[in-house]
Amino acid sequence: MNMTISGLEKKARALRLHIIRMIGIGQKGHLGGSCSLAEVVTALYFYKMNIDPRNPLWEDRDIFLLSKGHAALVQYAALAELGFFAIEEIEKVKCLGAMLQGHPDMLTTPGIEANTGSLGQGLSMACGIAAGLRLDNRKSKVYCVVGDGELAEGQIWEAAMAAAFYRLDNLVAVLDKNDLQATGAITDRYNTNPHAEKWKAFGWHVSEVDGHNITKICETLDSVDNIKGQPKIIIARTVKGKGVTFAENIVAFHNGELTEEQFEKACNELS
Amino acid sequence: MNMQNPRQVYGETLLELGSKNNDIVVLEADLSKSTMTCLFEEKFPDRFFEMGIGEANMTSFAGGLALAGKIPFTNSFAVFAAGRAYDQIRQGISIPGLNVKIVGSSAGLSDFGDGSTHQSVEDVAIMRAIPNMTVLVPADGIETRKMTIKITEYKGPVYMRLNRHDLPDVFLQDQEYEIGRSYLIREGKDIVVFANGIMVSRALSASEKLEMEGVSVRVVNVSSLKPTNENDIKKFAAGVKGIVTAEEHSLIGGLASVITYILRGSSVPVITIGIEDRFGQSSHNYDELLAAYGLTEDNIAFSIRRLLGQKIT
Repeated sequence: MNMTISGLEKKARALRLHIIRMIGIGQKGHLGGSCSLAEVVTALYFYKMNIDPRNPLWEDRDIFLLSKGHAALVQYAALAELGFFAIEEIEKVKCLGAMLQGHPDMLTTPGIEANTGSLGQGLSMACGIAAGLRLDNRKSKVYCVVGDGELAEGQIWEAAMAAAFYRLDNLVAVLDKNDLQATGAITDRYNTNPHAEKWKAFGWHVSEVDGHNITKICETLDSVDNIKGQPKIIIARTVKGKGVTFAENIVAFHNGELTEEQFEKACNELS
Repeated sequence: MNMQNPRQVYGETLLELGSKNNDIVVLEADLSKSTMTCLFEEKFPDRFFEMGIGEANMTSFAGGLALAGKIPFTNSFAVFAAGRAYDQIRQGISIPGLNVKIVGSSAGLSDFGDGSTHQSVEDVAIMRAIPNMTVLVPADGIETRKMTIKITEYKGPVYMRLNRHDLPDVFLQDQEYEIGRSYLIREGKDIVVFANGIMVSRALSASEKLEMEGVSVRVVNVSSLKPTNENDIKKFAAGVKGIVTAEEHSLIGGLASVITYILRGSSVPVITIGIEDRFGQSSHNYDELLAAYGLTEDNIAFSIRRLLGQKIT
């Protein structure tokens, strides 16, 4: 997609505003881990990936899996902005019978590629898709976002071994390294660090990037295309709750409620 | 009676299907020489994925292959295929109804020597409880072959449970197999035995012996534990004086549950033969272990006589 860097930055702000509006007042929502991904998701959907919102199942599309499925709001915001479904759907998120469920559901939502949210499973599914695409000599790429809290799931490392063993170079993982898990700082609660060293040891090509610098994210996504023969992970250093100043780095906004005052403040900051 | 090994038949059928259909892919957790997917591996190494001893990743990886349009078969011992990978089957595969075939080998007590950790007494119950899941237990090699072909044609998640050992042929060679249906193995009028897996042949031999005593026993193979065509069960239960269910599985959540639920409200007495609420254990041979759990021809015959009010001596 042909957008300028400032256009992409604006888009990331727009996604955050959608996230806040989807959470609304007095309802729980995964603000922190959704906002930390706004630039990464923007770079993927509005810059990097080959997709066709009018044809969500287009055979040659790139595939995006949100293994940390609780950040669904940021993906819904991107899909709505792209026109995969009517923008009004985001007002009905998590309502009984709504298209947009609490976690990504491929049966209800155009543009969602798998049912993720039971943590640790999305990366394995991404590996399977990548292996299947390769069997058919299809050139599509698979992007999979994992969280740093999610790295405590043993299955992530099973998938990491499988991706390296099968040399899945059509697979790019992005680690949302926002340093917080649901109950506190990762370094205090359950330390999954060091990240780069672990992924390297598991046979992956590792890049690191400021996860809120759109230019750098786009450059990194492009540069890893040239890496052949191994899977790739981009470690995106992010701030949980980024863009909503009172929520930045605050654990309570992992899955928290907004007061009316906080809601207005967040909307004003992002408008 | 002709004997065949279900896992050997499964491996050969998979190989045959793989020759015709390039979308079939096979995943293994380091048991290919036991599950007999080694036959497929030898011929189609590019479509065979050794996933190491990692059932969770294997299962979700298979979900990904299904999303890419493949027909993946995951393989392990039943206790691991259904147990270790339960959440992967539930979340990523069954919720969206992905086209993954999960094959639980060495099921029930059939891995007799390895003991409780390797014997699946509850795999059918676990899989039956998951929405969208189809659960099948073939009675012999003939049915295993027909079932393997049908589940490849069917779109959606399937759990198929296979015995480790040679079983006598009981399924009619020219009988068409359809998921959901139950099959009459032997006609009779006094008692009906609903059985599956190894217990079908045991029910058959019990009924043959009882015939000499003048007792007429109907034997029905209920290989489809979900879905189960209710009319079939009601039809086969009609007119009898008693009902026996026989399965190599816990009495909780398997065949006994299926039959008693379908026939709820009926006044016909039922005796359920299966594994009481307990785990397996090691044994030096399979028959000895089955006998310790009451999964015998004699116990079926005993139950039939009891239902007919015969004095047990």
